[in-house]
This record gives sequence, C-alpha cells and structure tokens, in this order.
Amino acid sequence: MSDLKKIKDEFISKLKGKLDLAELNQIKSDLFGKNGLVSSQFKKIGTIDASERKKFASDLNIIKDELQDLINLKINEIEKANINEKLEKEKIDVTLPERSFVRGKIHPVSQTIDEISSIFSEIGFSVEEGPDVENEYNNFTALNTPDNHPARDMHDTFYLDEKKERLLRTHTSPVQIRTMLKDKPPFKIIAPGRTYRSDSDQTHSPMFHQVEGLHIDKNINMGHLKGCLNYFIKEFFEVKKIKMRFRPSHFPFTEPSAEVDIGYEIKDGKIIIGEGDQWLEILGCGMVHPNVLKNVKVDPTKFQGFAFGIGIDRLAMLKYGINDLRAFFDCDYRWLNHFGFDPLDVPTNYRGLSR
Amino acid sequence: MKITFDWLKDHLKTNLKEKNLLEQLTNIGLEVESVESLSSDNQLFKVAKIIKTEKHPNADRLKVCDVNVGEKELKKVVCGATNASEGLITIYAPPGAIIPKTNTKLEIAKIRGVTSYGMLCSESELNLSDESDGITELSKKYEKNIGKSYFSKSKSNLIDLSITPNRPDCLGVKGIARDLAASGFGSLIASKEKKIKLKTKQTLKVKINKEKGQGCSAFGSCLIKNVKNTESPQWLKDKLISVGQKPISAIVDITNYVMLDINRPLHAYDADKIEKGIIVRNSKSGEEFTALDNKIYKLEKGMCVISDNKGVLGLGGIIGGTRSGTEFDTKNILLESAYFDPRSIRNTAKKLNLDTDAKFRFERGIDPLSIETGLKKAASLIQEICGGEVSKIDIQKIESYKTKIINFDVNSFENIVGFKISEKEIQRILTDLGFIIKKKKNSLKLIVPSWRPDISKQIDIIEELVRISGYDKIKTIDPIKDRSKSTLTQTQRLFHFLQRAIASKGYLETITWSFTDQSYNNHFREAGKEIKIVNPISSELGVLRNSIFSNLIMYMSKNLDRGFKDLSIFEIGPVFTGSKPGEQKTVVCGLSAGKKSRLSWIDKERNIDLFDAKRDVVQTLSEAGYHSDQFFIDSKTPNYYHPGKSGRIFLDHKKDKVAAYFGEIHPNILKKIDIKTENLIGFEIFLENLKLSGKTLKDQKLKFSVSDFQKSERDFAFVVDKNVEAQELISVISNVSPNLISNIKVFDVYEGENIPDNQKSIAISITIQSSEKTLNDKDLEKINNSIIETVENKTGAKIRS
Repeated sequence: MSDLKKIKDEFISKLKGKLDLAELNQIKSDLFGKNGLVSSQFKKIGTIDASERKKFASDLNIIKDELQDLINLKINEIEKANINEKLEKEKIDVTLPERSFVRGKIHPVSQTIDEISSIFSEIGFSVEEGPDVENEYNNFTALNTPDNHPARDMHDTFYLDEKKERLLRTHTSPVQIRTMLKDKPPFKIIAPGRTYRSDSDQTHSPMFHQVEGLHIDKNINMGHLKGCLNYFIKEFFEVKKIKMRFRPSHFPFTEPSAEVDIGYEIKDGKIIIGEGDQWLEILGCGMVHPNVLKNVKVDPTKFQGFAFGIGIDRLAMLKYGINDLRAFFDCDYRWLNHFGFDPLDVPTNYRGLSR
Repeated sequence: MKITFDWLKDHLKTNLKEKNLLEQLTNIGLEVESVESLSSDNQLFKVAKIIKTEKHPNADRLKVCDVNVGEKELKKVVCGATNASEGLITIYAPPGAIIPKTNTKLEIAKIRGVTSYGMLCSESELNLSDESDGITELSKKYEKNIGKSYFSKSKSNLIDLSITPNRPDCLGVKGIARDLAASGFGSLIASKEKKIKLKTKQTLKVKINKEKGQGCSAFGSCLIKNVKNTESPQWLKDKLISVGQKPISAIVDITNYVMLDINRPLHAYDADKIEKGIIVRNSKSGEEFTALDNKIYKLEKGMCVISDNKGVLGLGGIIGGTRSGTEFDTKNILLESAYFDPRSIRNTAKKLNLDTDAKFRFERGIDPLSIETGLKKAASLIQEICGGEVSKIDIQKIESYKTKIINFDVNSFENIVGFKISEKEIQRILTDLGFIIKKKKNSLKLIVPSWRPDISKQIDIIEELVRISGYDKIKTIDPIKDRSKSTLTQTQRLFHFLQRAIASKGYLETITWSFTDQSYNNHFREAGKEIKIVNPISSELGVLRNSIFSNLIMYMSKNLDRGFKDLSIFEIGPVFTGSKPGEQKTVVCGLSAGKKSRLSWIDKERNIDLFDAKRDVVQTLSEAGYHSDQFFIDSKTPNYYHPGKSGRIFLDHKKDKVAAYFGEIHPNILKKIDIKTENLIGFEIFLENLKLSGKTLKDQKLKFSVSDFQKSERDFAFVVDKNVEAQELISVISNVSPNLISNIKVFDVYEGENIPDNQKSIAISITIQSSEKTLNDKDLEKINNSIIETVENKTGAKIRS
C-alpha cells in the first residue's frame, strides 16, 4: 500500500471519531502544517520518477482535497454546534417589559384651537392675536359699550388699577379693534385666546377660551354669517348634517345680533350633535355695529360684515365628552393623560381633524 | 322678567297655546330662561300661625314650634329662624311639598331627636325673593286665611324671560305683548284709561333744582287724600303671587303692579311725613338716610335725591326712605312718577353698591312719556281699592322729551340681512311696534316710539325688521374655499411647533390660569414688577404671573401628592412683565420631577437631571430649525434656579437674547413649598427671543455636499483647570481647522486620582475628514499637533500622556 493510501486511510478513520476543535486543528496541522504528512508528500514530488510523477501528483491532490474538505466539514459542524449551544444559553424572556417610555400629550383646548384654525383656514381666515391685558377702551368703549352701558354688568371684569383703565380682557373682541386699527379692509380673521371674568363656580372658570371671528368686506351680509357658521359647526363636529337655530339677541358691538343654538340629543348618556330636538346655545354673533366700524376708522357705508365669538372650552367639552370645565385647568395628571391628544395628531384637513 | 300667559292676555288677544308662545318669545329675541309650573304643588303651602315656641332640647339655635295649620291638631315643626315667635303668621309646607328653591320633597324628619312635621318657609325658599332673613312674615290680615293655600289657584305657568339690556320696554308685560302682536302672535288690546275725576289741586310743591348733573329731568306727582290703605283684593294678590311677588299692602301692590304691567316705576310717599314740599336735587357730601332696606346710606356729592326741608327722603329711581314710607295707617299719599337719567342712576347705584328693581329699570331707560299714564293708572286703582280723592296731576320738567326721527332707506334691509321683505310688510311691522311712519320719495320717515331708547339709527330698524320677520328667513350662503393670506404667521407657526415638539418629548401639556398666588409668584419674580388684580376672586389668585413656574410647581406638587412620582408637565402661554397691554411674553415652561427610570429590571435607576432638560430644550430648538452647534451656553440664570446646576442658552455667540434657561429649581424654594420629590428640573424657552430667519427652511439650507474620503477618529485627553468649560475646548478645537474637523464629542470628564487638585481631565473624540482627499499619516499628524498646540495655548490645558 502506498504511503498516500496509508495516510488517507489512517486519517479518514481518525476523522470518523469524535473530535473537538483543538483535535481537528491538530490533525489539520499534522497533515498540512509546514512539516505535515501531506505537505511532506508535496515536497517529494520533485524526487519522483518523471513517469510516475504526474499520477502521484494527481493522487496527492485528490487526497489533499478529500482530507481538507472532511476537516472543514467537521470544523463547520462543531462551530455550528457551538453557536447553537451558545444561542440556546442566550435565550431571554421576551415578555419582560420594554424599556419604559413616556407619552406627552397636547391639552384638549390646544387641540381644539388647532382644529378650529384648520377649519377656518380652508375658507380663508387667518389667525390674529391680542394681549391678555387690555385697556378699557378696546375691551368696551370701542366695542360700542360705553361706561354707562348696562351690558358692562354682564361682564364681571378683573381690573388691574383702581381707575378701571386696565383690565384682563373679558372677551376676544378687542382683537377685532386691534386688527382693524392696524390694517385696512377687507378683514377675515379669527382670534383664539384666553379670556377672563371674575366668575367662579361649577360652570364658570375665571379664565376660559374664546375664538373671535371677523369678516368685513363689501356686501357681506347675514347670509354669509349663517353659511360660515353652518360650515364651521358641521366641520368641527365632523357630522354630515346639523340642526342650527339663529335666535335674536343683543350685543352692543353687533347689530342685528344672534345667539346660535345647535340641535342635540342624549343617547346612552352621550351627547349626539345634529340630531334630536334639544337646543344648546354655543355662540353669539351678528353684523358688526356701524359705531364699531367708525371707531376703527372703517367707513360703514362702504364696508360691512359679521363677527362671532365662540367658547372654545365648551366646544371641546361637547366634542370630546368632557363634563367639568374646572378640570381643564386643574392639571390632574390622570385627566391630562385621559383627555390629552398625541402630539403627532396635528389636526389637518386631509388627515381629518380627529381620529 | 317673570310673566304668565294669563297676564299677557290682559294685553294680547290670542287663541294660540302656551307651547307656541314659548317658541315665539324665543324667536323674537325674548329668550325663555325657564318655565315653572305653579299648579297643584303650590296649593300645599298654607297660611299658618305659630301658637307656641320652645327651645329645642338638643340644639341652642333651633326652636320647636306648635303651629296652627287650620286643622284640629297643632303641628310640631322644628325651625331655625330667629324670627319664629309666638303669634307670627307665616307659610307652612307639609310633608310631601316640594320646596321651590331646592326642588326637594319634604319628609317627616327627626331633627336632633325631635320629629318635625313639615317646615315653615322663608321667602327665598318659596322663590318669592332672592334673599331673606328668617321665615316669611304675613300681616295680621292673613289670620282669616289660616289653613288656606297661600298661593292662588293659577293655571298659568311662570315664564322667566331673559330680557337683553337694550329692551327696557319688555320689562313690562304690555311691551312683551306688543312685540308678540307685531310678530303675528295675536293682536294687541288697546289700553283703556279709566276715567277718574281729578278735582283738587296738587298742593305739595315740587321743584327740580336746575344744577349741573341733575339726574331727574321730569317729576310727575299727584296727591291722594283720605285713603284707607288695606290689604289688596284677591285678584291683585293673585296677580303678584303668580309672578313670584309677595303682596304687602294695596298701595305698594298697586305701584308694583303698574311697574310690572307697563314698566312704569312709581313711588308712594306718606304725604303727611313730607315737610312742606319736594326738592329734587344733587346730594351733598356726607348726607345720610335710611332706605327701605333698613340700611343707612352715606351719600357722595352729586347723587340725585328726592328731599324735603328736613333732608333726604329717597334716592330718585333707586330706593325710597323709611321716613316717608307708606304704612297701613297712611292717610294721604303723594304718588311719584318721574324720569331719571340712566347714567346718573347707574353711577349712584354702583357707588353705593345698590341693586333694586327700580334701578334696574331706570338704568335701562323708562318711557319718558309714561309719567302721566302711570300716575292715572295707579291713582284710579288706589281710589278704587282704598278710596280717597285724587288731585290734579302736576308735572315739573327741566327738559322736554325730544322725538327721535330716522330716515329709513328701505333697500338697506336686504343689503345687511341678505333677503328681501316688501315695503308694505316693513310698514306693517313698524306700525305694530309703535312707529309713526311718513312715506317719502326713497325712504320712510320714522318717528321712534318713546319707549324704545335703544333705537336711534337705521341699523336699529333693520334689527327690528329681521327680528320680527324671523331669523329663519336668513339664507345660508356657503363660504368660498379660497385663501389669499397664510393662516398663521411665522411666530404662530413656531408657537405650535414648540408646543408639539415639547409634548413629543414626554411632557403633558397643561393650561393654568394667568394669575397666581402671590407667595408662589414671589419665588419666581426676581426683580420683575408685581402686577396685582384689584378685584381677584380670591387672595390666592391675586397677581398676574411673572413666570409659569409658580403654577406648574403648585400643580406638580398636587400630582405628587396623588402618588405620581415621575412626571413631566409643560405649559406654553403668557407671563406678564407689566400692567400695560402688550407687556407680556410667551414662554414655554417645562417641569420634571422624580427619576428618569425607577424600579426598572433593565435600566440603572437615576434621578432626572438638568442634562435631561437641556437635551429636551436643545433638541426642540434644533428641530425648530436652530443650529445647536452655534448655541452659546453659560451659567447665568435667574435666582430661582440652582446657582451651580442651571444654564442659559443663546442661539449664537452674539449673545443677543436669552433663548432658554434650564436647570434644577433652587433647593430653598423646594423647601419652602414643601414639595417632595427626588429632583425638580425646569426649563423656560422664550418664544419672542427666538429670531425668525425670514427665510424658509428650504432656503436656509446650504447646497447638499458630502465627503466620501476616509475619515479618522482621534481621541485626546486634556487636563485643564476646573473652571474651564467644555464649550470653550470645543470652540477652540472647531476653529483649528474648520474644513477638516467634522465632529467633536466629549466622551469623558474625570476628576480625582492622578489629576491634580483644581483640575480635571476632559476626553474628546474628534473626527477628521477632508472633502478633497484621503488624509495620510503625515496630514493627520499635523492636525493632531495643531489641535494640541492650540488647545494648550488658548486654554492652559495640557495633553494627558
């Protein structure tokens, strides 16, 4: 038996046994190391007869490949087994809780303001703002409510000085005055913001939110007012149909004035807007009084239009089923978490106002 | 304004039902607030007399009364009123009765061990008045009614209307009837004046002083002699009770009736108690009088008073005085019917903090031409009920009523309201409302009825016409979806961006009041001006907030008390720097308490710290488009922050305006407020201090270019004085070779062993990359040396070997 055959048989039988990685590496080195058995055979090639050299070399290469493949196969098997064994040990209870996360929330009033702005944006209104501290003129006098007017009693005003010249605005209407004094007609604005009245009980908070609307142009009449509010209420409550009622009322700064009721019913303890035969007052509005226009240097013979004021907190309560106004400002973690909105839920026209 | 359908029918002829009435009232702007049933339930309330009172055995303030309710046996009733005394005639509610004020059903109840069968009622419990001391006191005349129902049998419900301040005419039943008739709800019954003989002269002289600010322009009066003041006849009593008024005596009841019926307030004086004559004048400073509410009022100069030689008799149009009030034994009456200026009434009432029915009416404006009608109506009733002789009517005037005339352009209606009504219909409505119309070429000349002080302009006429025609006729014109101006300004967009950016970092948005507790505010006020509210709802809400922290900390504390430990809240809103309009800033203020991770199986527990807040602020600002690598940060912060653990952020090295503060809240404040948490970290971002670039984000961005040449990271450790800030090292390094140094990161700060005292080691990893070539060892070596050399020279640092 040739040396080659001997080597082959010997090692193949060796490799059939159970070997660890070190033993395999030893075999590998015994065969293919610098002085390994196979390596040595290669060195012999030169010394072999030319007639047999070719066959020898061929046989040697075959044996080399055979043994090498076998060793690699064995090594792979072991490595794979090792990894599997390791992975088996690394198994972890994936039902353990994830790293903790906290979710921030947007306050329902802020969300509602964004919803309102989004709706009015569609029909061309832009957003204006005014200061929380107002002078008596902008809050009352310019709005056709002179000092001796009984309507002033309806606003329980917070004053900042004894002379009653500076106050916390009782409504967002002074933004009308500021806007009209600053620019030239036409005007088409909404003004959401904080408002204040010294009134505090279950249904009144000394601070609340209103959104003012103002549209002044040539030929804007009460039909436009009705259409605008009809559109807004439908969009806001995300219903196809609403029942809306205009009722005559009185505000010094608009004439004719109206209060607007929407129809609703209570179903399973929940309020359903747009159905039923109950009426709910949700806003006040009217045609801007010529005296107001004169006060802001707008010619009432050329320009006319409407204004409205809506309680934002109340709208939020109606839409989102919140019962207690006071809770809006109590900062109870549980309440904020329950009624708050995800900051990624930005009310937009194309995605819808709410989920 | 309380009315009944029955009373309305005195002035209105109609076959329509109450349901239609309620709808129509609301449709024409006379809002129905509530409808109360005055039917069978009320029959349970009986006139009763207290026979005996004893002190309650177990309660000092209670009495046990034996009450005659017209039955054989006396009823035992426990009562807490001080005026419950033997002999008092009052109103008794038996078990089963529903108390109007509270809407609760009475039951037989043990009160401190003594069984009480029913209740003795106060006027307020019966909704007869808003406030009352003790139980109702009825006059002796009611003795014969004991056991009978106090309230008359009325089929008519009590309708409470909310009358807007512009409609004084509808503070009288007749005015309401007129409006209804104009709107097609029945027809107005013309008032018949009863003829009475006015023989004698009015002998009491009346004079209105012509002085500056005189609040009375006309004073009508008549003298009624030899009357016998008595109890009102049943029809009158029923009428008053039906609208929730308490009958007193015929004379008072008649004046009240005329006031409610035609909104003509009157006042009856005991003529024998008036010294010589009436003088209507301005009050002198310090003058006093006792009013009919039994309070003494000290007057300021210039209030309109009715007086005689002895002094003030009453405040004109507001309240009479006790000295000249009518009693049951009054013989001779002076009846007053005057016109008082609304402004004067309002000023006086406001100064004296007085609110009466007369004041409410006069400040809205009484029909100046109703003086005589009112006097005649009342005088004839007095004569009918109390007898006596009525004098001629005397009217003193210092000013005459001027008729108001409006030229009304018929086309203006459609222009404002958007629909059309015929000229015929316009004339019909206005005539029904009492206007006198003269037709002109292109307009109508309208004489405004004297009872409508609210009407002086064309627009007022338009309002009347649309109100009566019906708001349901207004068309709905759909809005056009067109936008010529952007909805939000750049600042408003930034506001909304910051709001949502902060919320997205785990903060719950709160909205708190713009005012706050002074003591909390003082912690965060620094040198800021304190802005007090003159009339706060409570002393704890007495100042405008100088910082949002005061409220956030207060509410954070409440939430911690609820058992929540790790919490982040924020608010975006105004803080105030002064009491002038506009002296306010918009601040985003955040507050975090507790730990970053607590009881975690996976993460190491640690307190929340200022670098959490700093990350939230810096991340938010960079999300908003500001470049964090340009920020400049130092440690000068307001005194409510921990002096060593807080910082402020500027958007760049120019340090123009503070963009934000962040840091721990000062431990002293935590101690004073007694808030229990591991750590309390806050931040404030100042919206107005964030510069707006004027360019869109797209335009702000430089050309897109990146380098694909190999980058190298090199680590350095510098030993520097403790007071050298990391920011300084970074700034120096970034200036060494801005083109090649693409990133600088501090990865370790070390003090202690192997580092000299007062020094620290800062380890920095620097990424070096060229946009032109791959840097070779030589290039890198050069930059390394340059970095070390520059840092050592500029900061006194030594490279750590």
